[in-house]
This record gives sequence, structure tokens and C-alpha cells, in this order.
Amino acid sequence: MVDLLDKNKALMERMQRVAQAGSRVGPVNEKLLSPTRAMIDGRDTILAGTNNYMGVTFEASCIEAGQRALAEHGTGTTGSRIANGSYAIHEELERELAGFLGMKHCIVFSTGYQANLGMMAGLAGPKDTIFLDADSHSSIYDGCTLSGAQLVRFRHNDAADLDKRLTRMGDTGGGHLVVLEGIYSMLGDRAPLADFVEVKKKHGFQLLVDEAHSFGVLGPNGCGLADEAGLMHEADFVVGTFSKSIGAIGGFGASNHPLFETVRYSSKPYMFTASPSPASVATATAAVKLLAREPERRDRLQANSARLFHGLRGLGLELGCDEVSPVIAVKCADEPSTLVMWNELLAAGVYVNIALPPGTPGKLCLLRCSVSAAHTEAEIDRIIELFATVVAGKQLTAASAAGA
Amino acid sequence: MTDDEQEIFDKLSELLQPFNEKQVELKPQTEIAVDLAIDSVSVMDFVMEVEDHFDMDIPLNVLSDTHTMKDLISVVQARKKT
Ligand SMILES: Cc1ncc(COP(=O)(O)O)c(C=O)c1O
Repeated sequence: MVDLLDKNKALMERMQRVAQAGSRVGPVNEKLLSPTRAMIDGRDTILAGTNNYMGVTFEASCIEAGQRALAEHGTGTTGSRIANGSYAIHEELERELAGFLGMKHCIVFSTGYQANLGMMAGLAGPKDTIFLDADSHSSIYDGCTLSGAQLVRFRHNDAADLDKRLTRMGDTGGGHLVVLEGIYSMLGDRAPLADFVEVKKKHGFQLLVDEAHSFGVLGPNGCGLADEAGLMHEADFVVGTFSKSIGAIGGFGASNHPLFETVRYSSKPYMFTASPSPASVATATAAVKLLAREPERRDRLQANSARLFHGLRGLGLELGCDEVSPVIAVKCADEPSTLVMWNELLAAGVYVNIALPPGTPGKLCLLRCSVSAAHTEAEIDRIIELFATVVAGKQLTAASAAGA
Repeated sequence: MTDDEQEIFDKLSELLQPFNEKQVELKPQTEIAVDLAIDSVSVMDFVMEVEDHFDMDIPLNVLSDTHTMKDLISVVQARKKT
């Protein structure tokens, strides 16, 4: 009989190669010092790869809310809301989020990944077609597969390509769902929403926007890309996660659709998993209130993002996209050099993400930074300084070596 | 192979070249992902080139049953007719 894990031998070799280069995939934070600092390998390290956009993870109001919920409601819900019933705090969080988004209905899921599984599978079925952006997050691909719908992939951020495919497909007798992301997690680019809305007017599909990296971050009300673009009314469904700007764990889907509440019963990733724990729910609710109360956090994030973006660009580094975004990815030459630089950055005191194919579009090797409203200017400047010595130096050396 | 199949095979081979970094020799029975050792994203990117060239949609669902060049030729043939 074949050993099931035999097929992972190549993966094991890759892990060993990475380990030999001196890195662990995902280092260990021995102690968190703040939203932007942790002790890693005994060193005080700046965190610039944790998606902690709003820096709320150590906010007193969120911690107190979590502790109170833990004391009052216990450690876990021990089942799904369909089986065990809801806690009042689940419903409070859904009301709070719906109010924040200005939408009628909101359903909370146990993670953002499950929110995408649950939304795609709850909305679309085998007779429907989902058109998804080529650079979509894994949770979107997996949700699409789970739905059983026909899946058509269109070129990244290319509304004309979507238009062509919709025209070619014509009427299928089923529903058409188009899935976009507010900010794409690897390169930090936004979907050109106005262009897609033009195509929507022409073809009349339903639109879902995953605002995982843009909820709380973009727009005058912090609702995400649709808010920034003034097109909230065009997003039929919005998905978000608590694992980034909210600093907790969980996810949500929201809509004004009069039948939206039925998704709770047409969505197995909602029905057949335990509901989020009291502490997660309470910290998420507190964070949503905090983001509503302190819009200046978005200004700080924007200022920090601009500082890092222009700083890195000033070093001559090639970035993932041309607009200022809290996700700032530096393009590198190849996997071995990216690993070396990532290790050197960590040793010098800054943690960023290393992103390699196939997890990246276009086979890119990236050193990916995510900016926080809680970063100080000094921390941003230190990150730029370390990229200057570790990365800019390397890229230039490689270029001059190639030229010689 | 019929003339039509040969023609599609030649075109697919041409479209596959940029992804065939190891320069594996392509035959009808070549398993695209396995033999060329290319990842799932590259396979989808290649299929997008095929869609554009033949002006057709090849839904991702179809790909789970499409492994060899010959499989893909059949998919293209079937979708050209409709
Ligand atoms: C675009 C996108 N959607 C969904 C998710 C899943 O969120 P979560 O971490 O809550 O599972 C992520 C991040 O991991 C993401 O980047």
C-alpha cells in the first residue's frame, strides 16, 4: 500500500532547504511586547508582517471586554449556533458590524477562511457560475470548489477580461457571482471597483467583495474598498475577517439582501462548526466600536504606509504595486536570495513575511511588509534602514555582478 | 491523432512552452502538472492562455479531470463545437 505522505517528500526537502538556510517557516514569538514588537530569538524585534493594521491587539477596552466575556460566558461555546443556540454577544457583534457597514444583515463565522467557504457555498450551487479573480485568496478558491458551482477565473484586476468572459458565457440559466478582493494580500493592490461596476451594470451579476485586508482600513467610514470608491450600494455581499484590523479571530459576511439570513442554513461552514468563543466575540465587538470611535487610526495607518512605501521606493526597490497601501511587498530575484535576506532582516531586528510561489502571483518571491497604525515613525524609519543595508545592498550587488 | 488533434496539440505545446522550464519533451500522454513539475497556479495560468487563444471558457471544475495533453485536447475539441 502507498504511504499517503510519500507525495510530500519534495515538500520535506524544501522545508529542509529552508531550515538549512537558517530560517524557520514562521518564527516563534517568545513574548509579545506590543502590537508592533515581540521577542524573537531573544531579540526585541519590530513586527512588520502581522496584518495588525489598526494596532488594536493590546487595547485596554478590547482586553477588558474579552476578560469580562471569559468570566461571564466561559471559555468556549461547545458547539454551533444551529445546534447549541446563539449567545447574546454573537447577536450583539452582528448588529454592531451591520451598523458599522450600514448594511441590514450580518452573519459571523468562526474564521475569515470559513466566512469565504460559508459565503460561496451558501450563495452558489451547482447550477450557478462564479467568476473569480485569478489572484484570489485560497479561501475563495476553496469556497468556490465547495459550492459546486461552475468556476471561471478571469485575469487579475482586468474588468475587460471579465466582460469578455461574461459575454462569452451568456445566459446559463443559473446565477452569476463575481468575487473580488478589496486589497490583494500579496501585492497590496486594490481592485479597480468602478470598472467592475460598469461591467456589473452591463451584465447584471451579483458582486461579492472580500474586504479581508481593507475592512477597517479604507474608506471614509472604514468599511473597505467599496466605501473608499463610494460604491457600497454595488457590493451585494461583503466578507471580512477579524484576524487583521480587528485583532481577534473570526470572520463575517454582510448584505442587504432580504433573503440573506437563510445563508445560515444553506452554509455548512456555518452550521457544522463551533461558533466563535465568547472572548473572541467580545474583543471583536470592542474593536469594531473602537474603530468607529477612533477614525484617526486610519489616518495614522495611511501616513505610516506612505512613509514606508516612499522610503522603500526611494531605495530603488521594486514594489508590488504603485499605490500606497498597508501591504507593501518588495520583489526579489529568486528563492535562495529571498531566504537569505529574510533571515538577515530578522537577525537585524525586523520581522516581515516571506512569500514564495505558488502562494504568490506570477511566481514572485516577495519580502512582504504590513504596516500598522501602531508603528511609530522611528519604527518605520528603522525598517527602511534595515531594508537599505540588507536588501538594497544585495539587489545592487546581484545586479552589478550580473553586469560584470 | 487526427489532423485536428495534431493541430490542437501543436498549439497547446506552443502555449505551454513558457511554463515548461525544464524543457520536458511534450507528448499526448504527458501529464502536464506532474511531468513538467509545475504548480497548480501555473497550470491555471497556462489554461488561461489556452482559453484566450481558442476564445473559449474552460471552467476550473473541468481541470480536476484533465491531466494529460490528450485530455486537454479533448476538452478543447468538445468546447470548440459548442
Ligand atoms: C483575502 C483573504 N481572505 C480571507 C482570509 C482568511 O482570514 P482568516 O485569517 O480570518 O481565516 C485572508 C487571510 O488570511 C485573506 O487574506
